[in-house]
Order: sequence, then structure tokens, then C-alpha cells
Amino acid sequence: MLYFSKWKAIAIVAVSAIICLMVVPSLLPTKAYDHLPGFLQRKIVLGLDLQGGSYIVLQVDSAEVRTARLEQLRDDARRVLRDAKVGYTGLNIQGDAVQVRVRDGQDVEAAYTQLRTLAQPIGGAMATTGQLDTDVTRDGNLISLSPTSTGVQARTIQAVSQSIEIIRKRIDQLGTTEPSIQRQGADRIQVQVPGLQDPSRLKALLGQTAKLTFRLVDNTMSPQQALQGRPPAGTDVLYSDGNPPVPYLIEQRVLVAGEDLTDAQPGFDPTTREPVVTFRFNTNGARRFAEATQANVGRPFAIILDNKVISAPVIREPILGGSGQISGNFSVQEANDLAILLRAGALPVPLQVVEERTVGPGLGADSIRAGLIASIVGAVAVALFMIATYGIFGVVAVLAVAVNVGMIFGVLAMLGATLTLPGIAGVVLTVGIAVDSNVLIYERIREEARAGRSAISAIDAGFTRALATILDSNITTFIAAAVLFYVGSGPVRGFAITFGIGIMTTVFTAFTLTRLMVALWVRWRRPQRVPI
Amino acid sequence: MRLLRIVPDDTTFDFIRFRRISFPISALLSIVALAAFLTLGLNFGIDFKGGTLLEVRYPNSTLNIADVRSKLEALDLGEVQIQEIGSDGEVLIRVAQQPGGEQAQQAVVGRVRATLGEGVEYRRIEVVGPRVSQELLSYGIVGLMLAVVAILIYLWFRFEWQFALGASIANFHDIVLTIGFMAIFRIDFDLTSVAALLTILGYSLNDTIVIYDRIREMLRRYKKMPTDELLNASINSTLSRSVITHVTVTLALLALVLFGGRAIHSFSVTMMFGVVLVGTYTSIFIASPLLIYLGVTTRTLAERAEKEAASKVERLAP
Repeated sequence: MLYFSKWKAIAIVAVSAIICLMVVPSLLPTKAYDHLPGFLQRKIVLGLDLQGGSYIVLQVDSAEVRTARLEQLRDDARRVLRDAKVGYTGLNIQGDAVQVRVRDGQDVEAAYTQLRTLAQPIGGAMATTGQLDTDVTRDGNLISLSPTSTGVQARTIQAVSQSIEIIRKRIDQLGTTEPSIQRQGADRIQVQVPGLQDPSRLKALLGQTAKLTFRLVDNTMSPQQALQGRPPAGTDVLYSDGNPPVPYLIEQRVLVAGEDLTDAQPGFDPTTREPVVTFRFNTNGARRFAEATQANVGRPFAIILDNKVISAPVIREPILGGSGQISGNFSVQEANDLAILLRAGALPVPLQVVEERTVGPGLGADSIRAGLIASIVGAVAVALFMIATYGIFGVVAVLAVAVNVGMIFGVLAMLGATLTLPGIAGVVLTVGIAVDSNVLIYERIREEARAGRSAISAIDAGFTRALATILDSNITTFIAAAVLFYVGSGPVRGFAITFGIGIMTTVFTAFTLTRLMVALWVRWRRPQRVPI
Repeated sequence: MRLLRIVPDDTTFDFIRFRRISFPISALLSIVALAAFLTLGLNFGIDFKGGTLLEVRYPNSTLNIADVRSKLEALDLGEVQIQEIGSDGEVLIRVAQQPGGEQAQQAVVGRVRATLGEGVEYRRIEVVGPRVSQELLSYGIVGLMLAVVAILIYLWFRFEWQFALGASIANFHDIVLTIGFMAIFRIDFDLTSVAALLTILGYSLNDTIVIYDRIREMLRRYKKMPTDELLNASINSTLSRSVITHVTVTLALLALVLFGGRAIHSFSVTMMFGVVLVGTYTSIFIASPLLIYLGVTTRTLAERAEKEAASKVERLAP
């Protein structure tokens, strides 16, 4: 038990040293780190609680997905019926379905056939499930289209993927380093932006759908009249963003939408010196905008973002060049953020912030300092106590525990894991528990010696007997750590990772390093009695 | 060099007899803990209750708590807790869950910021919406239960069922007492507390298993020793280890409590209670004596085998 071949001893020391050295890249300044070869570019990431930053969880609401799909179905149905030259009345959304009444009984069959083409197979045309995302039913000359729940589910998942892309484009514009955007479950997106001081700007950027449309203002009646009575067919009353909000009567028909923008940039109006956003349409958008403005000179049109009227200028002359500007009492930052939103594109559905955690950089630095001090104080206290109790064996234990801690950080670096404040707590606790494996061994050696064995035989038997116990007790603790890791999130996970790794390195050092060091000592001193 | 020796060699303390005192004490404490949990309830943090938490610092001691309080109460946000922490102008503001869903939660931060005005450092902002807090709570509870079941199964395979049952009862006792402790001392119960509870569970088991290991070993070696004597011998022979290990863990935890900072304070304090008080006490005074009542198979089996052999001899004798 106490015999180690030369190669085995070298292997043990080499493995321990290499794992400990993996922590070195994490300690290098960024410049030196970037020069390292790829396989060494692995480092411990500091959690947001230590470096400061914002953590936000956004949720796609499936009710919103359904509403968006219903609106799309309504618009598509209008187009399909117009193309098929079918007369209809009362096309609108009723609860969970779009309903339309076909005027002439003879057209019902044709309308039904056409409307059924709007139902699409779930998972795209290549899918093999054969399920459709929309139920199309008829009752006399009333046809209704309603999205199926599996269809809404599929669209929710799709909306999350699309949203992640758009969020990434928006956040990249903030210029922060290493933002992380991840899917969480079926309908959530987790966004982590390290080092961000002001989460309200991030939330403003992520909380907006940024659906931009250009539509005509309806002048046939005043918005007040429309609010009191009934707005004319095909119009809505929308409000401006100001205080108090001003109502406008706006046509539902969209002249040009945000998808037709190719670029948007913040700038200043040459005459008023106010911040504005200038934009450029693609060919299709430019053509449609030119046609619409030519036909409506003298009428106001509205620029609408997320159902709020930003501004409603009067068309003085046709806008043919395919570019224009939006002015609306912006601050410089608002103009800048609006340009970012327009360039990145609209989210498929609105997202809701369901969880937000922001740590200021000051608190993060305080936490690192507190964690470091606690770790050092704890380690020194434990080391002194061990040496006072076990003398030279105590020194062995302290060395083993020091290597143990080095290995924990080495493994964390290799995994590219995130070190959080609870993670530091996990390390401190591991120090306490790692010592236990040494205590178990030493106490057992003492017992065997008192039972009358010779020093070497007692040491040998002590290791053999204690290692079984160490394995048993650490496996049970490891189970608790593993469960913590799987069910936990955030702080719990950070703790579970370091704690779990700590248990493994503890078992490793107890079985190899401690034994090797004691064996070397025995060979060197050839003791007649156990010195503990 | 003279080494430090806390526990003398060859202690023969009668731990097992102490069960006549320790069992009633534990029963009483468990009842107190349960009663505290049921009447006072746990002091749920925003992780599980939902709501908003802001930690702000007023630089250059311009902090006036009463002023902050009256300003925030004017916002009519429902239950608002304002607590001065530390000595350098730091305040912890907690706003309860708002009616009106996720958006209303988000609006709170903006309104508080607007009210407190410029020149305030925001050290921490946390907003947890109603949906997330519900989930976090159920994950926490499921996690605790899963861990207990997984550990039970492992113990059942490694030891006999009596040991698995004994360890679970002891563990349950630890969790009940710790939860009672948290209820009585109004320690924030949040995600970090779940981590603390699970660690206490793992640690207390770790401790119990070291003694159980020894009991099992002695059962194999001394088949005729009376149970209480055998249990006492096992506890006494591992006593030195128990004490030394607990001193080291206590030192490590004490460092966390004293220097680890506020962010992990509730974690450290809970761990301190669970590991140092409950964990150690339980494995010696509860988990081990329990084995007497559960009956230990090796021994019973050995006795039965001997009796059978003896009766055979009697029958053959005449």
C-alpha cells in the first residue's frame, strides 16, 4: 500500500501539477491570454455577482404568439379572398379564431378551398407529421380559421429562435464584451451582459418589439369623434408617446413596414439641429413608398412604432429617393437606440422581462474582496490547526489541501466554468471537508498504532481502512452536489459546481498525493513509532 | 514537538445511554421547529415570493432613512421594507410583488429610481416576476426531495436497510431543525438557502456514514458484543476524528460568516447552524442510538445461527 513505483509517483505529481497549472491562463492579463495557443485558451469566467453586470430572463408569451398568428391569418384571408374575387362581410377576429362570412352561397366552396391553403404543415413543408397549424372549418357560409395549440407551440419555439437572433444584433450594438444569450426551456431567453452599469437601457432595448410601419392618417373624422362613436372600417385609434398622449385615427393598411428598411442611422436635422433617425428603404419599399406619397400629397401619414405614433408629418411632395428621416423629440441616446432597433429588425412577438438581476461593479469588487479574505483567513486557520494537531503529518495535509484547491480552480478553468460568490463558499467548505479525509486517515493510523502495530504497518493499515470510509462518505455528499447542479439555477448551480469538483479532487488527493507524501516520508525517516 | 490533543485517547463516554435525554430533547426541538415553521412561516426572499429588491448607497453620508421611507411610501407600492445595512450609507429596499403581472414588477425599479433621484449608487437590483418565483420554489422543493431519495437508495445498496432508514430519520431531523432555526431567526429563505440546506444534508450524512462505517466494521468483528456497548465503542473510537473535523469545518465557516460579506451571510449562518450544531449532534446522539430500535441484522442473524446450532447440539446430546 505504501509502495509507489517511480513512474506512478511521477504520474501522480505530473497530473496534479498540470491540473493546477491550468489556472494560470485565467490569471494572465487579457493581452497575454490572447497570445496563448488555442488549447490553453481556457479560463474561469467570473460570474455577474463578482464582476458586475445584468442578468435578464425574457419570456415569449404564447398568448401573444396566438394573437400575432390570428392577425396574420386575418390579413392573409383578406388577400386570398380578394385575389379569388370572393365577396365577403365581417372579416375579423372572434376569440381564438378568424371568422369571415361569404356573401354568395355559390362562392363558399371556392373560398373554403382557397382559405385552406393558409393552413401550413407544422415544422415546414418538409415535415412528416402531417399536422397542420390551423383548423379551417365552415358552417353554412361562415368560415373560421383557428390556430391549433400544437401550431402555436411550434411558433412559440420558432419565435424564441428568431428573437435570440434579433436580441443578439441589438446587444452587439451596445459594444459590451462577451454578452451571453441563451435559450432557457421552451419559451424563455436568458441574457447576461457583464459590466453593464445601467440595466434600464438594456431593458428598453429588449423590451421593445420595434415593429415599424408607415400608414396614412384618416381625415374623414376627428379622432375624438371616432373614440365616441365607431371608427370607420379599416382604421384604428392610436396614441402618440407624449404626455398627455394625443390620439390619431390611422388606417390599418400598411404603406411600408420595417422589414423593407435596409439601414437606419442616428443623425441631426440640418435645420432644427434636433436628433433624428435617417433611414433607407430597399427597392421594394422605395417603390411602394414613392407610389403612396405620390397619390397622397397634402395628406398626413404616420410613422408608428409598436402601435405608438412617433410623428405624423404631412406629405409635401412625393418621396422618391427611398430614404427619409424620423423626427420626434428624441434625445441623442433615444435616436441612437431607435436606429439600433430598426437596424436589428422587429421581434416576431413582444417579449416580457420575467426576472432581472443586476449587480453594480462596486458591489462585485467588494464581494471578490470579501470572498478572498474569507478564503485566506479560513485556509490559514485550518492550516495552523492541522499543523498544531498533527505536526509533520499536518504539513502533509496542508500541502494536499493546497494542491486540492489549486486543482479545483484548474478544473474550473478547463471546463470554462463560471465562478460565483456561492462558488467561493463552495471552495471554502471544500477546504474544511478535504481536511476530513486526512483526519480520517491519521486518526485511523493512530488507532492501529495504539492497537500494537509497528509504525509502518499501522500507517499502511490506516490508509487501507480509511480510504473505504472516505469513498463512502464522499459519494453520498457528491450525490447531493449532483442533484443541486441539475435542479439548481444561478447561485445554487455555481455552488454545486465547485462543491462537486471539490469532492472529486478531495478523493483524488486522498488516494494519491497524501499517500505518496506519507510514503516518501516513511522511506526517508524509517520511523519506529508514529509521530501523531 | 508537543501536539495539540483535544480528545484524550480511549474515551469511554456512554453516548448511547444519553439517548434517554437526547431523544426527548430532539423531539421537543423538532416540535418547536415545526411550530415555528407553521406559525411564523419562512421569511421568503424575493426568489420565491417575487418582488423587487434594490441595494443602494448614498455617498458621503447623505442618507436619511426617514426621508427615503416617506418618499417611497408616497409611491403607494404596497408593502415596502427599508433597512439600513452596514455603516456607510447603504440601504436595502424591498418592494413586495405588485398586482398586475410582469410589467408592473418591472415598472417598480423605474419609479423607485426616479424618486430617489440622482447621486445614488445602485449596487444591486433584483426583480423576480410571479411566474419565475413559483417555478424557483417548486424546483427548490423537488431538488431537496430528489437528493434525499437518491442518497437513500445509495445507502440502501451500500449498507443494510436499517442504516439507510436511520440515516434518513436523522437527516429529516436536521432539515426540520434548520428550517425551524431559519423561521425563528427570520433568516432570508432564498435560492442560496436551498443550497445551504442541501449541503447540510450532504454533510450531516457524511458524518453519519463515518460512524456507521465503523459500526458495520465492528459488527463483523465482534459478533457477541451487546449492541449498546458496540455502538458506544464505535462512537468513541471515531470521536477524535469527529471533533477535529468539526473544528476545521467550523473554522472555515467562521471565516465565511465573519469575512465573507453580506451577499452570502444567510448562507454562512445557516450552514454554521446546520453543520456545527445539528450535523455533529445528530450523528452521535440520534443516528447511532436509532440503530438499537431499528435492530441490526448482522448481529441478529449471528445470534440466530448460534441458537440453531446450539439447539441441534442439545437434540443430539441425549
